[in-house]
Amino acid sequence: MKTGPLVALAGNPNTGKSTVFNALTGLKQHTGNWAGKTVELKKGYFHHGGFSVEVVDLPGTYSLTPCSPEEEAARAFLASGVADAVVIVADATCLERSLHLALQVLELTPRAVLCLNLMDEARRRNLRLDTQRLQEELGIPVVPTAAARGEGLEALKEAVIGLIQGQPQAFPRPLPADPDQPAASRYRRAEEIASKVIADAPRGRPGFTGRLDELILSPAGGIPIMLALLAGALWITIAGAGYPSRLLAAVLFRGEEYLSQLLNWLGFPPWLHDPLVLGMYRGLAWVVSVMLPPMAIFFPLFTLLEDFGLLPRLAFNLDRFFERAGAHGKQALTMAMGFGCNAAGVTAARIIDSPRERLVAILTNNLVPCNGRFPVLIVMGAAAASWAAPDLSGGLASSLVVLSAITISVLATLLVSRLLTATVLRGEPSFFILELPPYRLPRAGAVLMRSFLDRTLRVLSRAVVVAAPCGLITWLLANISLGDSSLLVRMAGWLDPLGRAVGLDGMILLAFVLGLPANETVLPILLMGYLGAGSMLQVDNLASLQAILAANGWTWLTALNFMVFAVFHWPCATTLLTINKETGSAKWTLLAAVLPTALGLTCCLCLATAARLLGR
Amino acid sequence: MTLADLDRGQQGIVEALAAEGVLRQRLLDLGLVPGTCVQVQFVGAGGRLAAYRVRGSVFALRRAAAAQILIRAEEEYR
Repeated sequence: MKTGPLVALAGNPNTGKSTVFNALTGLKQHTGNWAGKTVELKKGYFHHGGFSVEVVDLPGTYSLTPCSPEEEAARAFLASGVADAVVIVADATCLERSLHLALQVLELTPRAVLCLNLMDEARRRNLRLDTQRLQEELGIPVVPTAAARGEGLEALKEAVIGLIQGQPQAFPRPLPADPDQPAASRYRRAEEIASKVIADAPRGRPGFTGRLDELILSPAGGIPIMLALLAGALWITIAGAGYPSRLLAAVLFRGEEYLSQLLNWLGFPPWLHDPLVLGMYRGLAWVVSVMLPPMAIFFPLFTLLEDFGLLPRLAFNLDRFFERAGAHGKQALTMAMGFGCNAAGVTAARIIDSPRERLVAILTNNLVPCNGRFPVLIVMGAAAASWAAPDLSGGLASSLVVLSAITISVLATLLVSRLLTATVLRGEPSFFILELPPYRLPRAGAVLMRSFLDRTLRVLSRAVVVAAPCGLITWLLANISLGDSSLLVRMAGWLDPLGRAVGLDGMILLAFVLGLPANETVLPILLMGYLGAGSMLQVDNLASLQAILAANGWTWLTALNFMVFAVFHWPCATTLLTINKETGSAKWTLLAAVLPTALGLTCCLCLATAARLLGR
Repeated sequence: MTLADLDRGQQGIVEALAAEGVLRQRLLDLGLVPGTCVQVQFVGAGGRLAAYRVRGSVFALRRAAAAQILIRAEEEYR
């Protein structure tokens, strides 16, 4: 059923198509500076001149030849004639390639307008374009825009409304391409048009991108620079999160007193008051005060680096390792997404066309620690570091620990990928083409807002939704007695032999099992189990964390193995569901859970055995 | 000769594509049609991957893919 007018956005990747979409619709949606990020159709609305226009953001493609699901989708949508108008988003700095797609769109429909985007970049590079001439050559309206700055958007809306109202097309449609050599003939036509339209084209790559790539893509400098950037981002996160974390904890636990008083005043009996306050509320307060500050710092930093255009460079620098592992080059990108959220990383694997290499990317994604596991690593890293080297300052030591954890997780990703491509997922490597778009200085305000809304709040709300019931269940387990001890202690006892064998203990394993819904809850559950207090520890007692752990028989080895297991164990429930959805197979989902768990248990066993042999 | 034979900074003109199927289509879509000028912009460590400049944008290809693009070398001018 069709209601209002409908407009489709088509364009190459990296032309700012998503930015145009956001600017038109005002919808908050993530845009990434790398090829092929938009893999689903996104929708929004804009209102202009009494019209309410629905906008569909088609996947970014280089052509409409149906070679991939994205192109198939874009082509099918345009050919169906559902759209009343098509906005072709073109890159003013890369006109020939944009025109190649524009000509293909025009072969399907004449009801189009060319949005000549990135005009600000073109101006910066002294690239002058004759838009009037372009309009005459193409036979459709051409609107110059700089969507990131909001330039030209009103004119674009105006032009779209004009098309919808059926203003007659003054110019003829371009001739269809030569059926024998469609691409070559379209590119000839595109060259011809570009040569008439571009008045003044300076040669060579833009100075800034060229000079920076000289450094970042250099064989010697690339990886150290990327590691240094990551270390810097981690250090800022760890150093910056301490104070707001304490502040939030203080506020939230003040809130606990008020909530408790309120419930008592309302006449709640203890059997209802305790699970609600000491179980649900405290579990929630834990997760919020430990999770929110590092997320609110790390996500925007990561988004800044991503929007700047670093991820394709990361893929460039890591490709020789991924190639040797028999993996697809874009797996470096899905892995990087996994550091934010493994479920997001699994979904991002759609950018890999070959089903075999996509599976490798999906199955290995959970081997890198997501943001839910960073706080565990940070807290435990500080504890382990002070065990091993008490002189090191906390922030620096935990940054180093987290950085090594990340490095090891990347190595594990490569190793397991190699293992998979040598066994169950053997096959010919498929090619990959990686676009390296120019660096774009992100607009800090927009980035902060977007990453806060899109990532921080989304991940946090998920954690909260999960943490509250999790806190309740753990509270119940800790307070329902079976014989002379609580259920929690009993269950830990069952797992204890296995835990001890690999240098952990039963309570640690149980905390990971109960933390299945969200990794963020593992640490509070563990402390609750150790204290046997029947409720979670208040966060401001974190200073005594080490004392509690030591009292339960922890050594530096336990702390180390705990971190190893935090990185290598089954994916959280959300990620498992996502893997099941993406692979459509219970078998692969099971393997995705078994692989990292087996790796984690083996590593812990080796470390524990080595420590025993060395007599430590 | 093929694109994989070029060193950093060198450029060539595409003569033909030896690639078949989807890779061929992708390369054509990016504008690597006969007569197009390609320049080697960066070469990754180990020489397994290189970034090429084509029609104003830069793409990285693995060696195996670059070896399927037949070119004739062109004088360097900058």
